[in-house]
Amino acid sequence: MHEMSIVAGVLDIAENEARAAGARVINTVEIEVGLLSGVEVEALEFCFSVARKGTLAAEADLVVHEIPGRGYCPECDKDVAVDFFMAVCPECEQALVEIRQGRELKVRAINVD
Amino acid sequence: MCDTCGCNQPPEAVTFRKPGEPQAHPHDHHDHNHHHHHDHEHDHDHHHGPTASRTLRIETDILQQNNLLAQRNRGWFEAKNILALNLVSSPGSGKTTLLERTITAVKNDMSVAVIEGDQQTLNDADRIAATGAPVIQVNTGKGCHLDAQMIRRACDELAPADGSCLMIENVGNLVCPAMFDLGEAAKVVIISVTEGDDKPLKYPTMFAAADLCLINKTDLLPYVQFDVDKCENAARSVNPRLEFLRVSATTGDGLDRWFDWLRSRQTRS
Repeated sequence: MHEMSIVAGVLDIAENEARAAGARVINTVEIEVGLLSGVEVEALEFCFSVARKGTLAAEADLVVHEIPGRGYCPECDKDVAVDFFMAVCPECEQALVEIRQGRELKVRAINVD
Repeated sequence: MCDTCGCNQPPEAVTFRKPGEPQAHPHDHHDHNHHHHHDHEHDHDHHHGPTASRTLRIETDILQQNNLLAQRNRGWFEAKNILALNLVSSPGSGKTTLLERTITAVKNDMSVAVIEGDQQTLNDADRIAATGAPVIQVNTGKGCHLDAQMIRRACDELAPADGSCLMIENVGNLVCPAMFDLGEAAKVVIISVTEGDDKPLKYPTMFAAADLCLINKTDLLPYVQFDVDKCENAARSVNPRLEFLRVSATTGDGLDRWFDWLRSRQTRS
């Protein structure tokens, strides 16, 4: 259940930023989760609903922006969609794709009062 | 909530113990504070006027704290010429047996120190201690993986020798440890032939993150339906750079190439 560690990281970042900005309440936490990052969004949402208690984000909504996987196929010389983790080009089905997007895991923004 | 240190779950908190020593000092609550402050005594409603609610752009990597600590560990290992390896697998793949054999086989040309990660018990550390290698057990309580902070603390107590090989046996789990950099030089994933040969496709994150894959318990191949080539191809489709070695930690078959791999990495580090 590493999603709990991830959520702990999200809340730490959000609370530090909120305090630094002199905010009292966090209304929304927006995060980016790459679909190849190895994090389960549903588990993340569940952990957030539990872990937010007692923090500035106690009532906050979690907004998850899912970032699709993309990679570069040297054979086709273009960007291709990558789902799952198969590093094989979906078009030529041969060349190995260099994954360039989809591993993101970051706090994008917070909305505070 | 914080399973990084487990500090709000007293009986299951993370502990660091060496075989033969009493329970180490209690876990000190390192430098994060717990957010016990204020319990929102608003007797006002939440409308602060048009300027009250604002959005702050942050763009911070969630794993940043762990990654920074991991890089600090990596620098420390490099400075001391320590080859740190992160051994990951499902529970029961034979990691500890592999370590026992490795320590004994290479002891004339390489000193090996071990960090054992498990949720509970000192069992694995006791097995390693019996080989004579320095070892520390990290019990993560409810935590499902080791993180960079735990490795820092474990190294402070273990004090691995300059020029040694530090084997970090992660918690048996093919999911969570993939995400947490410890500062290692390489991740070694171990899969045994009593598991499914499609495991690399079921748990791609770990195989994508690994540098070397050991396929263990090959002595059992006559008795199980495990296609080694199929497993390697599956893993390659996830990670084309992955290297493979087929071994049996029980019979010793194939282990020489693993020892050679260790020596070549040690020379490089």
